Amino acid sequence: MANIKKSPWVLHYDGSSCNGCDIEVLACLTPVYDAERLGIINTGDPMQADIFLITGGINSQNEETVRQLYEQMPRPKVVVAVGVCACTGGVFKDCYNIKGGVDTVIPVDVYVPGCAARPQAIIDGLAQGIEIFQERLDEHRAKKKNEKSAKGVSA
Amino acid sequence: MKTGIILMIAYVLLAPFIGGFLEGLDRKISARMQRRVGPPVLQPFYDVKKLLNKQTISVMTAQTFLLITYMVLMVLTGAMFFYGTDILMCFFVMSTAATFLYFASVVTSSPYSSIGAQRELIQMMAYEPAVLLTCVGFYLAAGTFNVSEIASHDMSYILQLPGFFIAFVFILTIKMRKSPFDVSTSHHAHQELIKGITTEMGSKNLAIFQITEWYENVFVMGVVGLFFINSSITSIIGAIAAILVVYFLEVLIDNSSARVKWADMLKISWIVTLFSAGVNLIILMIIR
Ligand code: SF4
Repeated sequence: MANIKKSPWVLHYDGSSCNGCDIEVLACLTPVYDAERLGIINTGDPMQADIFLITGGINSQNEETVRQLYEQMPRPKVVVAVGVCACTGGVFKDCYNIKGGVDTVIPVDVYVPGCAARPQAIIDGLAQGIEIFQERLDEHRAKKKNEKSAKGVSA
Repeated sequence: MKTGIILMIAYVLLAPFIGGFLEGLDRKISARMQRRVGPPVLQPFYDVKKLLNKQTISVMTAQTFLLITYMVLMVLTGAMFFYGTDILMCFFVMSTAATFLYFASVVTSSPYSSIGAQRELIQMMAYEPAVLLTCVGFYLAAGTFNVSEIASHDMSYILQLPGFFIAFVFILTIKMRKSPFDVSTSHHAHQELIKGITTEMGSKNLAIFQITEWYENVFVMGVVGLFFINSSITSIIGAIAAILVVYFLEVLIDNSSARVKWADMLKISWIVTLFSAGVNLIILMIIR
């Protein structure tokens, strides 16, 4: 089956984070960590993205945006929540406008803990996300193949 | 005639691989210039492979058709060039292809891609004069527009057309979407227009766009080679060396400059075209 592990393009969305995690995400792209060596590109376009990386929690204003961005991404897609805010709501959890972590609106595949999450942890989270990304494609392919063969039998 | 057919077939079959490989080198060299490790050289192929395997979401179904037309016309441009026909005709077909890219972007009516498409038109305005003047230069020097006759001259035309060459290399920066002139879309992340002209192109459509870019790059690099090639076989080595130097120069410019505003792009490119190609044109007309 097609190997798509080598080209995960990331869409980075900043929820209601304190910007601490966002700086660490950008640090992943700097010469020290150089995430591009894994083929990772930080794209701003959901139509071209494979991994949805979110920092910060969900509030009533960005809820709709997050859902829309997720729906605009073509399948297979993976969601990575970076920082405790994105995982559970973190220090902002009890604020009146915070709904909680990213999983309150869309399914999250990888949780990267930390406040702020370290670049090493973020890259590790992305690497796990890449595995899931490949699995999704394989599953989809297998399902399609089964459907086809089932049709062939009935016809 | 026979070599023309062979070259044409070789172009149609091999250009995506050469173009993709050049882009891979480009990304690797860029990374090294920024003191990074960088992606593998074959990264552009991995990207296209992934794009072909993703679900197709298109905002407008017409977009795919328009993009395929863009690709077919671009392949035709290069095929005509390597077959050895009229160079003027090649550039006309290339402009037509670019128009289809414009339409592929505006049909989606997304504000980002529409602004990107408008900027693409401005880019065309910026590079067309230099492109046309290059054809005129070849005509004045060789007395023909025919590529195969230009290529079989016994002296490289770079000696007679250095000004035209400078103008052409200058506008290559626009054509190859390199900084400082990557106003319509950028290879680098996060520009102010998201992805500009390609914003609404995902999965397969983006793959088509990418492959067409490779065809286009190989074609324009062919034109760079045309300045150096002559009837002797050894000149081919010279032409390839020149192409690699020009490509490296573009990468260097890309990594050492920031994007300019579109108005500045128009001004600068026209001034360079006018001065280097214009002066060369006058000299050429006086000598003749
Ligand atoms: S996890 Fe910590 S650093 Fe990250 S966004 Fe939340 S508060 Fe800021």
